[in-house]
Amino acid sequence: MSARVVVRDVMFTYPDGRLALTGVNLTIEPGERLAMLGPNGAGKTTLALHLNGIYTADKGSITIDELDVVEDNFSEVRRRVGLVFQDSNDQLFMPTVGEDVAFGPANLGLVGAGLTERVDHALEAVDGVMLADRPPHHLSGGERRRAALATVLAMEPDVLVFDEPSAGLDPAGRRELITMLSAQPMTQLLITHDLPLALELCPRAVIMNEGKVVADGETRTLLADGELLAANRLELPFGFSPG
Amino acid sequence: MGAGHSHALYVHEHSFIHRLPPEAKVVAAVGLVVSSAVTPREAIWAFAAYGVILGLLVAISRVPLRFLAVRLLALTPFVMFALLIPVIASGQTVTIGGVELSIEGLWGAWNILIKALIGGTVSILLAATTEIPEIIRGLGVLRVPALFVSIATFMIRYLELVASELGRMRLAMTARGYDPRWITQTRPIAAAAGSLFIRSYERGERVHAAMVARGFTGLMPSLGRRTATGADWAGVGALIMVWVVIATLALSLS
Repeated sequence: MSARVVVRDVMFTYPDGRLALTGVNLTIEPGERLAMLGPNGAGKTTLALHLNGIYTADKGSITIDELDVVEDNFSEVRRRVGLVFQDSNDQLFMPTVGEDVAFGPANLGLVGAGLTERVDHALEAVDGVMLADRPPHHLSGGERRRAALATVLAMEPDVLVFDEPSAGLDPAGRRELITMLSAQPMTQLLITHDLPLALELCPRAVIMNEGKVVADGETRTLLADGELLAANRLELPFGFSPG
Repeated sequence: MGAGHSHALYVHEHSFIHRLPPEAKVVAAVGLVVSSAVTPREAIWAFAAYGVILGLLVAISRVPLRFLAVRLLALTPFVMFALLIPVIASGQTVTIGGVELSIEGLWGAWNILIKALIGGTVSILLAATTEIPEIIRGLGVLRVPALFVSIATFMIRYLELVASELGRMRLAMTARGYDPRWITQTRPIAAAAGSLFIRSYERGERVHAAMVARGFTGLMPSLGRRTATGADWAGVGALIMVWVVIATLALSLS
């Protein structure tokens, strides 16, 4: 249901020579909801793509419980670690939402009633049963984000990695998403610039900058440290106080 | 769920024809178009029979005649061309309403008109009763190579996205005073096309990553949709058979 994620000394350089991760160390406890903060280009998304083997670290290791994230285990790793991408249009590639939600479980070998049940269950969890027959380009931003979440929940992952869950959503859509995430029991890593969201959902936060974790602690404490925030190009919304 | 139906050619109905599996409809459409194309133009009775059968199909499909008529306007260029043939063709002539028309040309015009009309009606009927993703799925069932089917699926999914990206680029150009009137001003359009290509390529990479993240290994999974049964094929087979019998009869009589 939920798994421990351990990232040890992970380094990664893009093929064009750009240094993206310079030694990331991070442990996420089973069932914990962790916020990952940091400026653009800090390596947050790159790290997320390592967690289920889309990118492979040049050095270091990642484990999901006892399972090493290495090529031999990719299919199991991808079942256990669900990734929701920043742009929902990248996530929703099938003609209808229902087919998109079925894509993952069908790759796991589910067919027939079992597959239908998975799809229904995932859509219910995001309050999206009525989206099943609709093509993704006809959805609102909020609906699209919920549909993208459903495609990953259908895999029944032990770890949910969500890149920018609230970006581009209206306040009501953001609230719905927060409610849905807080109802999910699996380990969660939320990559976000939305500091109030981090404070509300995640007791613990890490700040990444220049390819490594530069701060790790209680979210409230980190957000109260104005100097730390400024050094990492972070800023609380005007009038917001984490205290 | 009217909002779910995306393309302008589709008529949301629940007719028998709408419910037929797409692969059966694709086979029927190709069958009808090919056999009417080989029917000799002199066999007017055969075309009348095709017309009656097509009329019945349209009635069963509950596609409004007005809808059909408006879509058939797409044939206008062919019609214009066909109408010119009797005037410009040579050979024996006949005078109709004071205009000298070539007899061979008249047959040529009739041939183009009637076959375009049948082909047009069949295609519109197929598109009006089958959503595009369904048609593509039907092609997959018909053993069209999986790679082609995947490419077509993605093209349809992302075409609107690319078009809206292009729209936003054009808006951004216009907003900064770009108002092309001469061929020498097309450079920014070429640049936009290039950057659209790069953006689409990068999106392709991200979509692929999203697919791999959910266990994609190179083969699209079958999602257990209804495929054509023996009864579906029997119905479609009977329809094509009638059509082919008419065509064969017309060919042997000519």
